[in-house]
Amino acid sequence: MINEKEEVKHVSYLDHQGEYKGIFAWIFSTDHKRIALLYLYAIVTFFFVGAILGLMMRFELAAPGETIVKPQTYNGLFTVHGVIMIFMVVIPGLSAVFGNFLLPLHIGAKDVAFPKLNRFSWWIFIVGSIMAILTQFLRHGPPDTGWTFYAPYSTTTGTSVILATSAAFVLGFSSILTGLNFIVTIHRMRAPGMKFFNMPLFPWSIYAASWIQLLATPVVGITLIMLIFERVFGIGFFDPQLGGDPLLFQHLFWIYSHPAVYIMILPAMGVITEIIPTFCQQKVYGYKAIAISSLAIAGVGFLVWGHHMYTSGMSEQARWFFSFLTFVVAVPSAIKVFNWIFTMYKGSIDLKPPFLYALFFIFLFIIGGTTGLILGSVATNIQVHDTAFVVAHFHYIIFGGMGFAFFAAIHFWFPKIYGTMYNIKMANIASIALFVGFNLLYFPQFIIGYQGMPRRYYDYLPQFQWAQVISTVGGVVLFIALVMMVTNLVRGAKKGQPAPANPWKGSTLEWTIPSPPSLENFDEDPVVKKNPYDYNS
Amino acid sequence: MSGTTPHITPYKTLGIILLILLVFTFITVEITSIHLGALTVTVALLIAGFKGYLVLTYFMHLKHESTLLKILVAMVFVLFALIVVITFIDYAFR
Amino acid sequence: MSNQVNHAHVHRDDEAQKLGMWLFIFTELLLFGGLFLVYSIFRVQYSANFHESSLELSVTFGVINTVVLLISSMSVAFALTAVQKGNYKFAMQMILLTVILAGVFMVNKYFEWGGKFHHGLYPGSDLMEFLDNGHHLFFGLYFFMTGLHGLHIIIGVILLLISYVKIKRGKIQSDNFMHLENAALYWHLVDLIWIFLFPLLYLIS
Repeated sequence: MINEKEEVKHVSYLDHQGEYKGIFAWIFSTDHKRIALLYLYAIVTFFFVGAILGLMMRFELAAPGETIVKPQTYNGLFTVHGVIMIFMVVIPGLSAVFGNFLLPLHIGAKDVAFPKLNRFSWWIFIVGSIMAILTQFLRHGPPDTGWTFYAPYSTTTGTSVILATSAAFVLGFSSILTGLNFIVTIHRMRAPGMKFFNMPLFPWSIYAASWIQLLATPVVGITLIMLIFERVFGIGFFDPQLGGDPLLFQHLFWIYSHPAVYIMILPAMGVITEIIPTFCQQKVYGYKAIAISSLAIAGVGFLVWGHHMYTSGMSEQARWFFSFLTFVVAVPSAIKVFNWIFTMYKGSIDLKPPFLYALFFIFLFIIGGTTGLILGSVATNIQVHDTAFVVAHFHYIIFGGMGFAFFAAIHFWFPKIYGTMYNIKMANIASIALFVGFNLLYFPQFIIGYQGMPRRYYDYLPQFQWAQVISTVGGVVLFIALVMMVTNLVRGAKKGQPAPANPWKGSTLEWTIPSPPSLENFDEDPVVKKNPYDYNS
Repeated sequence: MSGTTPHITPYKTLGIILLILLVFTFITVEITSIHLGALTVTVALLIAGFKGYLVLTYFMHLKHESTLLKILVAMVFVLFALIVVITFIDYAFR
Repeated sequence: MSNQVNHAHVHRDDEAQKLGMWLFIFTELLLFGGLFLVYSIFRVQYSANFHESSLELSVTFGVINTVVLLISSMSVAFALTAVQKGNYKFAMQMILLTVILAGVFMVNKYFEWGGKFHHGLYPGSDLMEFLDNGHHLFFGLYFFMTGLHGLHIIIGVILLLISYVKIKRGKIQSDNFMHLENAALYWHLVDLIWIFLFPLLYLIS
């Protein structure tokens, strides 16, 4: 029900005048939509910082031997690149930006359950991010352990490990509180008549991801404190000379960090599940399967962490167990891919930028996922563990998966968020350039990884150079495409054509209210459809 | 639930639960002073589990909360138990 | 799950507040869970040393602390029942009793830890370096786990004192007591953790 005839004057949330003025109207705001944008701008900034660090690594790797930086600097580069990308971009990314903006809209609520807690989550996200960035500039030097902080190196190296792990702790707390907020929101604030199985699938994915944020993050939190205590007090949990076990750190670390990748990918899948039916104008194939598979991925995802540790010295039985469960957890993901493709069958396809990004997502996700099976199988893992193959795999799944889903999401919900439209043609061109650059950058890494190119090495045998050069070229193309994409979006936000309430003929609740929404989203309780993907009404 | 009067736990119930908890505390101390070997820890943990169950059910009011909440609490303990057991698959067979 | 969800106009949702606190309690359980996991691994690996080290801990202190916390759990539950019945004065007395019992716990802790420090046994001390591996790990876990628990006692006391002030100012009523209920839940969590810490640290000798 669109509010065409307005007795209430519609003021967009962007123009709303509250008790604070200027910048404080934003950083003290408790409006989920403003908080979403605050996260968006911070995360995009951190993403570009991380991307530039990545580009520096690519220039170093363009030739064997020392090219542009010293070895110690290179170690610092891949560490901070990982810390920023993982903790400040891809883990918060989709949840904090689009979860915040869209979740209340999708369920017909006026905000999240705890708006002040939401604001606090953003504040500590910024504090943690500043702490992480500070590690680059302090006396002891940037951490050089890799973002995984494995003992014993992390407990003995002289660099700023304590500050970096403290930063990760604070960022984790932000993640926990956001997850808590979203779970309560979904349980308590759905519009009258909207049962769990009447919700769109994006809230389902946020729900599943939020549980992981809530339950897994504390484990890495306590682990990082153990690491700090090891450095400061020598408690010895991870030190063999004191009776400890370095593998225990790896267990504890991956007990969080594996579920963490599902924090990244579940909302991504949720975004794709919104976009595909919209641009095919037909309902999602297998709604219940997709909803349940989200929960299944979250649940089983807690039990597979050892597949990061096959070569570490774990027992044989542990390797069997983790490998078996890793294959099990692939099944619900595959189910989703089938459901997306069947949704498209006989649909009325409109190849707009969100849909193009969604198609790229499916392609890249399939490559990332299937190479994950090669890694998940113990025998083949031996060959490719700690090589560039792994680097290629996780970039396909995280960047190609979550990243492209993020781009898809911003292009999809842009008109709703800003009330304007970007240039469609430019967006499509940028997306194709991104796709080309991405594959140029990462595909060769599969090949040389398989052939033996180690990861986190700044030097390598000459036989790998052909691939490193192609990758570096791909990196440059990718970066230029990213700049193109963002420029197009910024221009669209500032000077784009006004966008209608429902430019894509979507059927979920956010498209029934004006673009941009008013402060409290809905003037009255929305009419809830039993099937959220009903394109005929 | 904005209309139902919430359940008020009577003082007497709380007092009885405390007594049971205290009794089992003393039982734990006595039992663990007997050398039962590996069984000692199991017994101690079982009793602690029972005490924890009482605190959750009566002090934390879980007995009168929604089925959803009961399931969630159980789920968290199951998850923790699974994590411990799975980690031991590594340590037990090294 | 079709709970009657509150309309946009109602600004207070007690069930949401309660669910939020339970979710936070889950995070605390997993936080301590990581330490319990480490404990269980090393206990199995160094069972003899853990037995011996546990002898250094005073079971008497441990029992007193357990009893103190259990009574404090009851007293805070009394406070909640009292508020629900409108007995605000009794509720405030019960909260104060809970806080005093927490204080007793912390004083005991101070003496326990003080005793260890006096003997040169603290994280990073020279004596610790000389201990056998299993002993070293036990005491590392002992200080870490009881220290983290003690920190949570302090947080719990702060939450309880805030509730006390709110009752005094009339902000907590018999039909509006979520703050106290949540503070009480947190306090029970602190008790719950100790119920498991106590036997594992003190009673395995």
